[in-house]
Amino acid sequence: MLFLKRTLATTALAGALVLGASGAFAETVLHRGNAGEPQTLDYAHISISIEGFIVKDLLEGLTIYDAAGKIVPGAAESWTISDDGTVYTFKIRDNAKWSDGTPVTAADFEFAMHRVEDPKTAAEYANILYPIKNAEKVNKGELPIDQLGVKAVDDKTFQITLERPTPFFLQLLAHYTALPISKANFEKFGDQYIKPGNMVSNGAYKLQAHVPNDTLTVVKNDQYWDAANVKIDKVIFYPIDDDAASVRRFEAKEMDLVYNFSADQIKRLRESYGEQVHVSPALATYYYTFDTREAPYSDVRVRTALSMAVDRDFLASEIYSGAQLPAYHLVPPGMEGYGEGAVPDWASLSQIDREDKAIALMKEAGYGEGAKPLSIEIRYNTNANHERVATAVADMWKNTFGANVSLVNLDVASHYAYLQEGGKFNVARAGWSADYADPENFLALNISTNKTFNYAKYNSPEFDKLMQQSYEEKDPAKRMDLMKQAEALISRDQPIAPLMNSADLWLVSSRISGWVDNSVNEHLSKFLSVSE
Amino acid sequence: MISFVLRRLMSAVPTVFIVVTISFFLMRFAPGGPFNLERPLPPQTMANILATYQLDQPLWKQYIHYVGNAVTGDFGPSFIYKDNTVAELIGKALPYSMQLGSMAILIALIGGVLLGTIAALRQNSVLDFSLMAFATVGVTVPNFVVGPVLTLIFAVILSWLPAGGWGDGSLQFLILPMIALALPQLAVFARLTRGAMIEALHTDHIRTAKAYGLPSRVVVVTHALRGAMLPVVSYLAPCAAALLTGSAVVESIFTIPGVGRYFVLGALNRDYPLVMGTVILVAIFVIVFNLAVDIAYGLLDPRVRHD
Repeated sequence: MLFLKRTLATTALAGALVLGASGAFAETVLHRGNAGEPQTLDYAHISISIEGFIVKDLLEGLTIYDAAGKIVPGAAESWTISDDGTVYTFKIRDNAKWSDGTPVTAADFEFAMHRVEDPKTAAEYANILYPIKNAEKVNKGELPIDQLGVKAVDDKTFQITLERPTPFFLQLLAHYTALPISKANFEKFGDQYIKPGNMVSNGAYKLQAHVPNDTLTVVKNDQYWDAANVKIDKVIFYPIDDDAASVRRFEAKEMDLVYNFSADQIKRLRESYGEQVHVSPALATYYYTFDTREAPYSDVRVRTALSMAVDRDFLASEIYSGAQLPAYHLVPPGMEGYGEGAVPDWASLSQIDREDKAIALMKEAGYGEGAKPLSIEIRYNTNANHERVATAVADMWKNTFGANVSLVNLDVASHYAYLQEGGKFNVARAGWSADYADPENFLALNISTNKTFNYAKYNSPEFDKLMQQSYEEKDPAKRMDLMKQAEALISRDQPIAPLMNSADLWLVSSRISGWVDNSVNEHLSKFLSVSE
Repeated sequence: MISFVLRRLMSAVPTVFIVVTISFFLMRFAPGGPFNLERPLPPQTMANILATYQLDQPLWKQYIHYVGNAVTGDFGPSFIYKDNTVAELIGKALPYSMQLGSMAILIALIGGVLLGTIAALRQNSVLDFSLMAFATVGVTVPNFVVGPVLTLIFAVILSWLPAGGWGDGSLQFLILPMIALALPQLAVFARLTRGAMIEALHTDHIRTAKAYGLPSRVVVVTHALRGAMLPVVSYLAPCAAALLTGSAVVESIFTIPGVGRYFVLGALNRDYPLVMGTVILVAIFVIVFNLAVDIAYGLLDPRVRHD
């Protein structure tokens, strides 16, 4: 009995000490829902935002996005740009270190960029860095790797030479394709360098553990140059691709952040969680594309009439519960220096007036009620929201033109394979989200030589010429003006019908501070803090 | 018996081979490929990737290459989860599915047999009707309804149990997925047991046993239940194979990192090696459990001769 008493007393004392100490040494943990399992952590091969969220916590590029989505210095503390806008010289921070304590050098960036453009690496996003001199040729195997326009001048000076001035180049350097690799570490582990235990980081966090489809845990990197300002000790990423499961875990207070929940939940969640529901306009456009190769969609009047008859306000507010915004032009708002894109003149009319005009236009083209019957097949990739949009649009076209509309859906891989391989269609859903905040990223989709992305097979020499001029124009304001003129042609010709600008949906627990909604959807954990 | 087991295992080899062959070619006929993404890859990049995974080879060469590697236990790299081989992914996920699945089977089997026996012994009573109504609900209400409802009640509203995740594999994380996974199977076992038990209780040898004055417990447990177990045992093989290799629905709802999700994710992403790996795994489980059932049959019913 005495033994038992002593044991209990000792246990109680130890417990009290632990509890007392816990306030001082409590580890702050961010439970971060991440909408899906990362396909890889090898940043030469990642291609989606949920992978980007993880690797950008682990690795820091020359530039980064701050909490508000503005470009700020990252591993580089400063840079200079040559007068002709083609040579960028970066000064890497003296105190930038890898998590194993070795310094981050210019050679690490040079090595990483060589690797990404090496055809043997088969990096999916190698084209992001094509503005770099010779990058495209190197990536296609037409030039040796050492001809790539990047150079480690010395340990802390890194120089990049471009093919031509690229005003958005600093944004490209914040993309995950431009992250550095510790050359020494890669040479030690090869392709296994991204495994827990092998991987070294120069970002705010380092990889601790990864259980596929369960959790990926990163912990604070004490060697990080700004470690003193990193407030969260551990971030656990939950790769949950089931929207409803993510929301339930947020509601059960098991997760602090949830990314990309189902739009039809917004109203309910807003009622329960108010300010914790974040809907931030994204640089992304949801559109329908017409197959301009065949009648009747080769007729601009038919395309315009169909586009006019779509009630975008209904789609955005009813189907997406306000999680998307009605759109009439391809380039989404929020592009620095571009302003508002060119909208068709009918966009200012009421929906009823648009429909009247649309009926007249369709009759003029010889289709619709009392003329040639109109049979339309809408193709879309399988998704509850896309299906609801297609059903609503079908209804609008039936009511306005008496059209016979059918729906065809395929899984995402099949849908895009069909469009990219040039399969014939009537109308198909598509979407595009920005790789970098520049209108060129959207407008280039419609250049006639763009065999893959130009689903509509739009062929306008006038448009192509304006885009070519924009590539050659060095004056930023004139360049934007040329692109606006190009976008006006898209609005006039309607090879695509822009429907909505997307939004990024987040649930952000009230425990979290430092969160700022931004259109580039960049949210490094290092800018956040967690209260108990 | 040993020669029976050996013969059955030998005959399993061509079965697996046929399953592999059919699956391999069926998958390739599905439209789209593993690298057809919403945002397409530049042609040069695509060519580099196809060469890396030998997808630029003729189909028959790919098939021979796959089968050649598979017999040595090399199921190739996952096309989608590029940091892991298929063997690594399945190796990591299988223990989770097996732990969850085996507990679910145990609950389903014990609970189902118990409820079915009680219902049979109280045939046409209120208790019988209630139990069978419960079993009908268990069979007809799908997992994707039961799972979220359980989570809503026990995790979100009451905060008694976690809403999902594997955690450290402790019981509190397993309870809800275990119930969701076991419930439909428990209902099937209950219905099977009730039917077989009622039939067994009306056979001559049970009447004889009762006439000899044997206690009811002995008659039911030793004589009737043994015969009634045959349909239950038959159902056990496909049930065990399905539960032990993971239920995609339950694993998704409760975010369990098991094998079931790989099957669905692999198929949707056209991750050929991953789908093949999971197909082979399920095929082996089905064969092994069918064999186990045949052996159990022989033990339960000596009239069945294996030799």
